Amino acid sequence: MIHMEYYLVVSTIMFFAGIFGFFYRRNLLAILISIELILNSVDINFAVFNRYLFPGQLEGFFFTLFAIGISAAETAVAIAIIINIYRNIRNIQVSKLDKMKH
Amino acid sequence: MESAVLIFVLPMLMFMLLGIGGKYMTHRTAGRLGTLGLTVITVLAYVTAYRYFGAGRSGGVWLPQTVFHLEWLRFTENLQIELGILLDPISVMMLVVITTVSLMVHIYSLGYMKGERGFQRYYAFLSLFTFSMLGLVVATNIFQMYIFWELVGVSSYLLIGFYYTKPAAIAASKKAFIVTRFADLGFLIGILLLSFYTQTFNFTELMSGNVCASASGATFLGGSVIAWALGLIFVGGAGKSAMFPLHIWLPDAMEGPTPVSALIHAATMVVAGVYLVARLFPLYIEAAPELLVGIAIVGAFTSLYAAVVACVQTDIKRVLAFSTISQIGFMMVALGVSGMGGHAGLGYVAGMFHLFTHAMFKALLFLCAGAIIHTIGSNEMSAMGGLRKYMPVTHITFLVACLAISGIPPFSGFFSKDEILTAAFLFSPWMGVLMSGIAGLTAFYMFRLYYNIFWGAEAKREHTPHEAPVSMTAPLLFLAFVTCFAGFIPFGNFVSSDGVEYTIHLDGKVALSSVGLACVAIGIAFRFYRQASVLPAKMATAFGGFYRAALHRFYIDNLYLFITKRIIFAGISQGIAWFDRHVIDGAMNLTATVTQKVAYCIRGLQSGQIQQYAFVFLIGTLLIVVWMVFL
Repeated sequence: MIHMEYYLVVSTIMFFAGIFGFFYRRNLLAILISIELILNSVDINFAVFNRYLFPGQLEGFFFTLFAIGISAAETAVAIAIIINIYRNIRNIQVSKLDKMKH
Repeated sequence: MESAVLIFVLPMLMFMLLGIGGKYMTHRTAGRLGTLGLTVITVLAYVTAYRYFGAGRSGGVWLPQTVFHLEWLRFTENLQIELGILLDPISVMMLVVITTVSLMVHIYSLGYMKGERGFQRYYAFLSLFTFSMLGLVVATNIFQMYIFWELVGVSSYLLIGFYYTKPAAIAASKKAFIVTRFADLGFLIGILLLSFYTQTFNFTELMSGNVCASASGATFLGGSVIAWALGLIFVGGAGKSAMFPLHIWLPDAMEGPTPVSALIHAATMVVAGVYLVARLFPLYIEAAPELLVGIAIVGAFTSLYAAVVACVQTDIKRVLAFSTISQIGFMMVALGVSGMGGHAGLGYVAGMFHLFTHAMFKALLFLCAGAIIHTIGSNEMSAMGGLRKYMPVTHITFLVACLAISGIPPFSGFFSKDEILTAAFLFSPWMGVLMSGIAGLTAFYMFRLYYNIFWGAEAKREHTPHEAPVSMTAPLLFLAFVTCFAGFIPFGNFVSSDGVEYTIHLDGKVALSSVGLACVAIGIAFRFYRQASVLPAKMATAFGGFYRAALHRFYIDNLYLFITKRIIFAGISQGIAWFDRHVIDGAMNLTATVTQKVAYCIRGLQSGQIQQYAFVFLIGTLLIVVWMVFL
């Protein structure tokens, strides 16, 4: 039996890797991947807590499924936005995206 | 009587039509339209007068009738502002005077203003003025009167400044507006005081007699509040009627087109002050008879002052302007010395009669002056001389008007001026003697003008002067006709202080002495100015300082300038301006500067980099978490 903490350690590492990537990476696609990492780490947490703390119930698993579905939709939208940005400025470096300042 | 409503509304419609649609019309259409509109109004006014006086007295007096009435603003149960039309002898008389003179001026202007830029605008303003003046005289309450009073001021301002490219005209229009505004402040305070203590604006209620009883308790500095209010109202009237020392705007107002001077600054608007006093006359008699004495003194002094100044002016329109001031002084004296009812009320009848006749002959004088200026192209007397050969119609009509204003029978001025002199003698012999003397001066300066223009040596001219076109001479002939015969109107039958019929009797002694004096004055003028003579110059040197002072209008204008520029502007206003610029503006500037400096410091934070924003957001979230968990 693997202890719950192992799972949590893995998800925490994934979460902070995602946070780090979100702030550090300059490429929009990389940022998008980082966001996916954050979401997946949360999914793991849901599944783990359901499995260990409330065995016999299914809310956590279903929530995980929901989160996966929503993140898929979010990715689709984000990629559409990124493609549009590329069309406009021929670039997907986030540092070039400072039009809002002006 | 319902036609009176049309008299009120039509000029307004004409003003809007000409003001808005004027630029799509030719000069000819606009002028004819304006004149046609005014002809209709004049006919309506005559019909109204005929019906009003034709209906006869009831109970021996002319009853005031309110033919139209509209509640406009309600302040309290008792105090409300109404708009309406009040017909009584003086307002009907004024309707006739205003429409007649205005119609003559409209016709005359067709010729005089021909080809001027802004011809349509001119006719629009004339309509506006007519509307305001008619609204003023038919007002049912003092507040309506005040509204139209100001409208009259505005149209006067617009018309004086008609030649708005001329700096002198702009200055004159501003001067007229500001001076009368100052006086109107007194008028407004007077109205507010009066209405506060009597709880009514309405003339009929004010005259009913229980007003003074209700407010008799309140006093201020030893005088009753009603008397103060009436005094302040007279200040307003004095401003419009150019009484000393508020007269300074009228001579400058001559910068406007000459027909405008005839209509506004001689015949109608400037007598608004006289009309105001006449309108409130019963109240003056009842609440403040001592104030009437003050009015008489102001009127007499103004009259004397203006007559003396008129004797030395060289600008033909200015002479006429000062003569107007002097004649309005006569009217004020007449009202001031009058009592109520019967023979004591002679002054009232005389004042109103003089208002009527003066409007006709003064309009005539100005229109003649306009005809002369039109052909000569200058206002200065020295550019005229010997014009009788070239302008026979103008010459004859001008002579008629001069004889009328000098008080020579049988012209209209003789009758009205004689009544005023009789009333003045009735009041006090001193006043009578003074006014007779001024009447003599009037004859002198008018004939000085007459001989200088039509006789005397001919000035050098580039082209020979010619008689004015028919559109200009026709009004002259009409007004001269009126001036010849208006004196025989039994005026006392129509207008008197208490509405009871009063038959005017000529006082033989007064009539004889005043006519004699006028003849002597005309004789002197004849001797001085009939031919080029050294006598006027000799007189000028003999009177040296006095002559120069009179030429400069006794330095009243300079005194005003001194007070405003040196004392008010330099002394008081500059200090206040410094405070405004440095303390009040300074505080505002400091706030702005500090805000700007701070903004420069923190603008770097707004980088536009999304990741930076997100990072700040993260730090903030963490801080909140730390705070929530550990504190």
